[in-house]
Amino acid sequence: MISSSSDNVTKLNSINRRMFLTGSLKFFIMIGLVSRLFFLQVKENKKYLTLSDKNRIREWKLAPVRGEFHDYFGNVIAGNFEAYQLHVIPEQVENFRYVIYRIKDLLELSDREFARILKKKKEIKPWETLIVSDNLSWKKFSKINNHLYDLNGVKPVISISRSYPFKDNFTHIIGYVSQANEMDIEKNEMIKKNFVPGLKVGKVGLEKSLENELIGSNDIERYEVNAYGRRISQLEFQKGEKGKTLKLTIDTEVQKLANDLLKDKAGSICVMDIYTGSIIAMHSSPSFDPNLFVFGISQDDWQIIRNDPMKPLVNKTLQGNYSPGSTIKPIVALSALENGIINTNFTVNCRGHKNPLELYGQTYHCWKKQGHGFMNLRNAMKQSCDTYFYEVARRLGVDKLSETAKKFGLGKEVFGDLFSIEKKGLIPNTQWKKNALGQGWLLGETIITGIGQGYIQTTPIQLCLMTAQIANGGHKIYPQIVVDENNKESPTDKFTTLYENSKNIKIVQDAMFASTNEARGTSYRSRIDDPKYQFAGKTGTAQVKKITERDRELDLKTFEIPYEERDHALYVAFGPYKNPRYAVSIIVEHGGNGSTTAAPMAKKLFKLVIDRHSLRDSINNKKYMDI
Amino acid sequence: MYQHTRFTTNRFSFLQKFKNFDYILLVCILLLGFISLATMYSTDGGKILFHTKSHFTKLIIFTIMMLIISFINIKFWFIIGYLSYIVVVGLLVWTYLFGVTSSGSQRWIDLYFINLQPSELMKIFIILCLAKYFHRMKLEKVNSIYTILTSLIIIVLPMGLVIVQPDLGTSLLIAISGIAVLWFAGINYKYFIYTMLGFIISMPFIIAFLKPYQKLRVLTFLNPDRDPLGAGYQIIQSKIAVGSGGFLGKGFLKGTQSYLEFLPEKHTDFIFTLFSEEFGFVGSVFLLLIYAIVIYRIILIGASSRSYFAKIFCYSFGAAIFVYITINMSMVLGLLPIVGSPLPILSYGGSSMLATMIGFGIVMSAKVHNQQSIA
Repeated sequence: MISSSSDNVTKLNSINRRMFLTGSLKFFIMIGLVSRLFFLQVKENKKYLTLSDKNRIREWKLAPVRGEFHDYFGNVIAGNFEAYQLHVIPEQVENFRYVIYRIKDLLELSDREFARILKKKKEIKPWETLIVSDNLSWKKFSKINNHLYDLNGVKPVISISRSYPFKDNFTHIIGYVSQANEMDIEKNEMIKKNFVPGLKVGKVGLEKSLENELIGSNDIERYEVNAYGRRISQLEFQKGEKGKTLKLTIDTEVQKLANDLLKDKAGSICVMDIYTGSIIAMHSSPSFDPNLFVFGISQDDWQIIRNDPMKPLVNKTLQGNYSPGSTIKPIVALSALENGIINTNFTVNCRGHKNPLELYGQTYHCWKKQGHGFMNLRNAMKQSCDTYFYEVARRLGVDKLSETAKKFGLGKEVFGDLFSIEKKGLIPNTQWKKNALGQGWLLGETIITGIGQGYIQTTPIQLCLMTAQIANGGHKIYPQIVVDENNKESPTDKFTTLYENSKNIKIVQDAMFASTNEARGTSYRSRIDDPKYQFAGKTGTAQVKKITERDRELDLKTFEIPYEERDHALYVAFGPYKNPRYAVSIIVEHGGNGSTTAAPMAKKLFKLVIDRHSLRDSINNKKYMDI
Repeated sequence: MYQHTRFTTNRFSFLQKFKNFDYILLVCILLLGFISLATMYSTDGGKILFHTKSHFTKLIIFTIMMLIISFINIKFWFIIGYLSYIVVVGLLVWTYLFGVTSSGSQRWIDLYFINLQPSELMKIFIILCLAKYFHRMKLEKVNSIYTILTSLIIIVLPMGLVIVQPDLGTSLLIAISGIAVLWFAGINYKYFIYTMLGFIISMPFIIAFLKPYQKLRVLTFLNPDRDPLGAGYQIIQSKIAVGSGGFLGKGFLKGTQSYLEFLPEKHTDFIFTLFSEEFGFVGSVFLLLIYAIVIYRIILIGASSRSYFAKIFCYSFGAAIFVYITINMSMVLGLLPIVGSPLPILSYGGSSMLATMIGFGIVMSAKVHNQQSIA
């Protein structure tokens, strides 16, 4: 009994000791839990609060409204229209199969389109919007509206989309928009920031290069959502900003005329203000309807555009590298005058095909079979005598020529970075050939460069700039196509003189005048006698292939030669001659002859452009009056 | 040896029993019941729906049951110590053979009006059984091989039956309850130390034997961000809920994590998360404090109990409750891997509450009959 009692005491001692140990352990563990709570709830509270908000708040971005393009007179050339769309939220539809087949009937959807919709439905959550159709005609839209009573959960929606009211007129300037793809998003931060499914972004032209100004910003809706992504309540609506509306320097009427003039031809026309550098019209033909691309172009339409032999997808004004032909002659003459190689009295005898210029066994023919006879500068320019310019070029040398040509804007992008597709052209010199081809320059190459053949290549917009700078008395200008409302960037070397002696410019201008307005001038037949419209110009006929002796003997008419082998017809001009204001460059691919194909277009252009000058001026003046 | 005691059974009159009640413990339990109801109401999204109603009914029934148990002499619980253990083991066998399967494990017995989970009951009755086993044992006998083996068999048998369900969490909790008794019964320290060392050494092998989903839980615990939307989702969301609660909480019924359904298992294992989100650091510490008082009172009752059986039971039950709370909270606070373990009283679940209330009842009975000696 005693031992049992003492055992009891030791047992009690043991259990109490262990209870004490356990109790202390519990105490410390409790402290541990409290400190963990403190760490999570007090110290790290901000972090977890953010995470919790991130959980429950979700933003829905709506497509931003894109800025518009206006022409100089405020006409909308790329605007927004209300597209009729059909949305379905699958979970709000009681009998989805019935509804979707009903829609199929009403919209007369093809099986392929129908399958595409069903596939899309499988990819989205039932409470997300299924876009059945993104651009319905009004007829179909109203048909759906009339049947809404048995289309539960179907929502006819009016959304904003791009439209190009002038269709193919401006395609090569403003380009078009289409659905953003991964590359667009990757390359442009603004697109990434504003991206919503179905966002349309510029793919080419100004739509692309001015994307950041046009895109605007999203409307943002903030919703509280549950763990499954279902919207519970709207917390906030943040209105986005419409993209900037951009005014172009283009005159729609002139642009339209350019389009008409080049109808069914491949080529380019550009018209430029010779003082401001404003592009009045810039057209590359053939063009295509940019509206086709907005909702995704159909395979058939795409094939038609892609396979057109006249290459509508190429912007010939900026991307077309052409031999300038005789349109380079004003620069050759100017360069020679400036460098003191010739004066106005310098004379060369052009003796026709029987006595061509001969150099190292190579013969160089003038275009005129019977020859021009004794030619001075004015006459040579007027009649575009090749022999004269062979001789001038030979004396001048290609390096001096290229210097002058580059000064006047040839051989580099006219718009800088504005158009990513713009080509530089090529103004060759001896150094260039050594670097690029690893060969020495040949004198023969200088000679043909003198009439704009050989390596030399220019884009139509460069020719236009060159002409404009000759016309304005030899002052540097920077062509612009978007009206710069704030006058923010005006290059410092604007209007710096490009000549040594202003008399030389006058001489060239006068020679160009002769070419258009005096008998035997190459574009004499396209002249306008009314001094109001009177213009001066220079024709050009750029060979596409070397003329063989046989060709020379045959002397075929243009229409007798296969299309691809016909010469390109070029014409550069400025007017009105007294007090000039506008420069024009025209190129018609395989148009045959500059004087017969290209020059007559200039006549029509000058008539319209000069008629509209006062209208344009009034807008200009108004701008100042507003201040 | 206690024959000369002044008190006899007839002295435990009804009134005396009432007087002997531990009212502080009772108030704390009722307070926990109230908190659990409010939290359940919040999990139902601020409406009285199924969970709230069901929890309320169970709470009322089991509280009454607890009061009834407290009036039953502690001697009775001593007497049925082995029997109840055998009955629950029988129930576990029954579960193994004919149990109801739900979400991949066979844990429940269909009793028509309630689905009973015997493994939860085992958490209490293993304590009762072992407490009885050690009650009269001499200290030197306690550390004999025979005793240790017998007690280990008592622990391992139900564990095995629960593991096969499969329910690793509950079987571990049963083991912990049993081990708590062994600890208080006075088994030599060295055995605990050896076991601990052995456990740590064999850890890699144990992990190798774990089922893939269990391994995943351990890996997820070590780095929840390895699969934030899959295995790590629960723990990440749980931490976000607790952390975003802040000092004062988001307010009752305003826990966004819970009512927007980011929280998993918010009725059962993760109920503390919801409470903590809505009532913040202050509320959580308050809740911990109530639990601490409950455990403290249980220990006090044990300390003032005359019989060794009641002492062992109270201490072990107190320790077990503490472990349940700690494991549950550590789990939702990201301190332990996810194991299914409910928070006593607060979590939704009839069997768990039944077992806890039986435990409280017996503790209360020990208090009411604290002068009762058990021969």
